[in-house]
Amino acid sequence: MDLRAEHEIHTRRKGRNVGVGIMLAGFVVLIMVLTFVKITQTDFARAPGTAMPAAGIEGTN
Amino acid sequence: MTDITNSPSAEYEAQLGDYFALLKPRVMQLVVFTAVVGMLAAPVSVHPVIGFASILFVAIGAGASGALNMWWDADIDAVMKRTAKRPIPAGKVQPGEALALGVALSGLSVMMLALSANLLAAGMLLFTIIFYAVVYSMWLKRATPQNIVIGGAAGAFPPVIGWIIATGSFAIEPWLMFALIFMWTPPHFWALALFMRSDYDDADVPMLTVTHGRPSTRKHIWVYTVLLAILAVGTAFTAIGGYIYLATALILNALFLLGAYRIWNRDEVMAEEDNYLVERKFFRLSLYYLFLHFGAILAEASLKPWGLGGW
Repeated sequence: MDLRAEHEIHTRRKGRNVGVGIMLAGFVVLIMVLTFVKITQTDFARAPGTAMPAAGIEGTN
Repeated sequence: MTDITNSPSAEYEAQLGDYFALLKPRVMQLVVFTAVVGMLAAPVSVHPVIGFASILFVAIGAGASGALNMWWDADIDAVMKRTAKRPIPAGKVQPGEALALGVALSGLSVMMLALSANLLAAGMLLFTIIFYAVVYSMWLKRATPQNIVIGGAAGAFPPVIGWIIATGSFAIEPWLMFALIFMWTPPHFWALALFMRSDYDDADVPMLTVTHGRPSTRKHIWVYTVLLAILAVGTAFTAIGGYIYLATALILNALFLLGAYRIWNRDEVMAEEDNYLVERKFFRLSLYYLFLHFGAILAEASLKPWGLGGW
């Protein structure tokens, strides 16, 4: 059997594999964006129990 | 990795669409819509990315419970005309695959919702999945004619989850939305059971039509519709209501009550003469009924920033 030739099973599974690939890539992008939003939204400097930061430090967050 | 030489080429290979069908996409649409309304009707605004991701995870969770339901119910799905073409009875997906997909997606969706929104929302999603897959599918559906009534609660949780995604806490308003879906589900499914008559009989599912008879089912539809109408119109005078919602509720509930009254005043001879036309119309109306009620709640919430929505 020549493995280089396109076997029928490759054609059948191609759609499924491409679909799973796109979904996984989408999931990775979603997690990245979500993480970015979560980090930028969270005001770490004003976490409970911490003192109010100085004005200069606040701008760096 | 699968060995190419050992794969039987004649055997059907499940496609992505077959797995997607396991997630009950039509139910998922309703879940997404009502969860979005619950989230947007809440008094706390959500970052669009967090909102999108959280609703996506709720949808995946709902899909996972659908896959678990199809895995458990494969035997009765094969008997009923309406469900015989589902992936498992049609032989496209193996039962074990559906179980694995359901369990994996349940875990993933709950964990991801906890990360994107909050623990309470994730807990509610987990509760909903268990309620639908275990309490409804495995226990109530084959045990009691009240299956639809109690099982309907599973489909009613999404707006509550949506609200919790935004606020992180409970309030009375999302439970009104819950009650709306909860009370709507029985008349919706009983109307379906009336005109899909042989399906539930063949599958030995104790629907009200089978256990209490069809005249009793017609009466139940009427009683539930009256209670639903009181609740739906009453919701207009709460924080999520307003002029738009009130007008929508008055029109839709008048039509729904009329339909239910007609169903109550018919017998099987009359129904068979016109091939269950009144029951079919009532069922179709019930789809618009829920969509438009939630659409009106959404409209009220969306107009509030301009000082137009609400009272």
